[in-house]
Amino acid sequence: MTAHAIRIEGLGKQYTIGGPQAPYRTLRDTLAEGARGILRRGAGQPRRFWALRDVSLEVRHGEIVGIIGRNGAGKSTLLKILSRITAPTTGRVELRGRVGTLLEVGTGFHPELSGRENVFLNGAILGMRREEIARKFDEIVAFAEVEQFIDTPVKHYSSGMYLRLAFAVAAHLEPEILIVDEVLAVGDAAFQKKCLGKMGEVARDGRTVLFVSHNMQAVRQLCERAVLLQHGQVKFSGAPNQAILHYFGGNAAREALIDVSDVERRGGNNGALIQSVQFLDEQGRPSYAVESSNRLRVVVRFTLSRSVERFDMAMAIIHGEGSAVFSESLSDRRPPGPLEPGAYCCAFELEARYLKLEPYFLTIYLADDGRTLDHVDNVSLPEVVNPKADSLKETHRWGLARIPVEWSDVRIHAGD
Amino acid sequence: MQSSKHSTAGADNRERPTGHGAADDPPVVVIEPRQGWAALGLGELWRYRELLLFLVWRDLKVRYKQTLIGAAWAIIQPVFTMLVFTLFFGRLAGIQPSGNLPYWLFAYSALVPWTFFANGLAQSADSLVGSANLIRKVYFPRLSIPLATVLAGLVDFALSFTVLVVLMLAQGYVPGPQALWLPAFLLLALTTALGVGLWLSALNVQYRDVRYLVPFLVQILLFATPVAYPSSLIQSEFWRAIYGLNPMAGVVEGFRWALFAGAPAPGAIVGVSALAALLLLVSGGFYFRRMELTFADVV
Repeated sequence: MTAHAIRIEGLGKQYTIGGPQAPYRTLRDTLAEGARGILRRGAGQPRRFWALRDVSLEVRHGEIVGIIGRNGAGKSTLLKILSRITAPTTGRVELRGRVGTLLEVGTGFHPELSGRENVFLNGAILGMRREEIARKFDEIVAFAEVEQFIDTPVKHYSSGMYLRLAFAVAAHLEPEILIVDEVLAVGDAAFQKKCLGKMGEVARDGRTVLFVSHNMQAVRQLCERAVLLQHGQVKFSGAPNQAILHYFGGNAAREALIDVSDVERRGGNNGALIQSVQFLDEQGRPSYAVESSNRLRVVVRFTLSRSVERFDMAMAIIHGEGSAVFSESLSDRRPPGPLEPGAYCCAFELEARYLKLEPYFLTIYLADDGRTLDHVDNVSLPEVVNPKADSLKETHRWGLARIPVEWSDVRIHAGD
Repeated sequence: MQSSKHSTAGADNRERPTGHGAADDPPVVVIEPRQGWAALGLGELWRYRELLLFLVWRDLKVRYKQTLIGAAWAIIQPVFTMLVFTLFFGRLAGIQPSGNLPYWLFAYSALVPWTFFANGLAQSADSLVGSANLIRKVYFPRLSIPLATVLAGLVDFALSFTVLVVLMLAQGYVPGPQALWLPAFLLLALTTALGVGLWLSALNVQYRDVRYLVPFLVQILLFATPVAYPSSLIQSEFWRAIYGLNPMAGVVEGFRWALFAGAPAPGAIVGVSALAALLLLVSGGFYFRRMELTFADVV
């Protein structure tokens, strides 16, 4: 018997865009394409791309492996194949042991059913036996802290309660191989902490965990090994710290003017669109890297498609590992005022000496009276550099940012 | 090593025990590209039987939530259709029911299995698209989704069937020993509903046209089934056999024969219907398994 819990060999998954796997099609589309095919043979070939290509990976029993990579690197596709939701195009996977998949919290929860009923339903969907769920029922409910509402339909739950219950069910699944995707991206900080704790527990029980996340802190904390995927291929596999470095290596802003107009938005009501973010140095020249001693000027260009009453803009600096460092808003300095539709720009300056020599991201929010108009995340800041810095010393510096303090000289303590 | 292979869904996965009952030897799942036709994977469906029951139970629980009269809908549907049929076909068109039955009882005895079939078909056709969220996020035998939908319809059937029995007894019709055949005809209706449901649900994932096709199809089939009229209108034995290609014709004829002593024996129709239903089910099953590879990517 081999010691491998998961063995992946030459795995590939090809998707066809605009072909038979387009989101969904009507019979008319198929007929029309058929007709077109006869008229113009070879024209309008569907585009194909490899979401995953030639991925080979072995995971030992009891190992916790983190999968990292940018959006579209193939992380989700890999998990979908491993959890047998979709079939690979090439290659082979061997899984030894009962597999539990958690690609989403609360899959199959039905709003009309009570908490109790959903625990059983969701448990069954995740592959638990009925007696197993019954045995763990009290534990699950206690973990979720919803005892009082367990017989209320979950549509009346707050989103926090809903998430806690959903995660609680999943956390009590006891497979030999656990496959988890971004579960921790939801919920408040306390909840995330609880989830992380539970994952650590699972890991200590000697079960194999495959964990996909954007949360570098969590990957660093939980995983023994991290695999970096890039363009559907394994770019690096090894110690989490090194994998994370590789991840950011290809990630620092290489452009001083970043067009974000067609970046996919998660929220916002489309009353506004952030067009671009530009980085300038103190002389007003495009900035690709900023020295610790200098100031960085950030110019945000945006368009408003409707008039707003109380315009506000906010920025937040996010450390490369995912933790927010600080945020500021325009209204901290100026009262929010009305704006007519049109194109605008707004700039702020920030002193690089407050940043460490590490990757940071920028988040920009536009709001009207507290309601989000548009927002963009993960805009990479230019690299912070300091030619005089001692790199070894820098890596030992604690925390997410620097707040320089004034030191006195060391003097002989005179006593009282 | 002894290996018993069950082909499973999603990809070509094989789970096999790697030893002779050694408890610490975990099962091995192999995932490989799969193309074309695959086995039905009934073994795996059986191993997931608890999930199937939970899905049925969920369908039942949810079905009449937030409705005013709840499960009464299961009775209202066939009863009102019966009233309408009695008025238009019985009274106005003057259709003569077979076996000296009052027209309304003649129609209702057919509407009970028909409603089960029509609802089972319509709901299972929509079942995969309705469970898109599940399909995209969790693995389990996909066959359990349409299957659970059709099975859940059995409860509605039980309700409207109870009404039928009450009406019969009130009218003094006591079923004879041939009533023992009823489960077989119910099974035939279930097979038909599931067979068509498998085809339509898998097609619906690719082609949303199915959504518009279903109500239309159900309507056409209703008239191709002796619900509102006796099949004796068709005289030639040959054409009656052809008529049996619509499996619901066999079901309805069978129901009437099993329930009412005076009703004519269905004869060749039932044999043809059973074959047609089996063909629908098996072909539907294989088509479903072939298409299920792309469900998660397309739905």
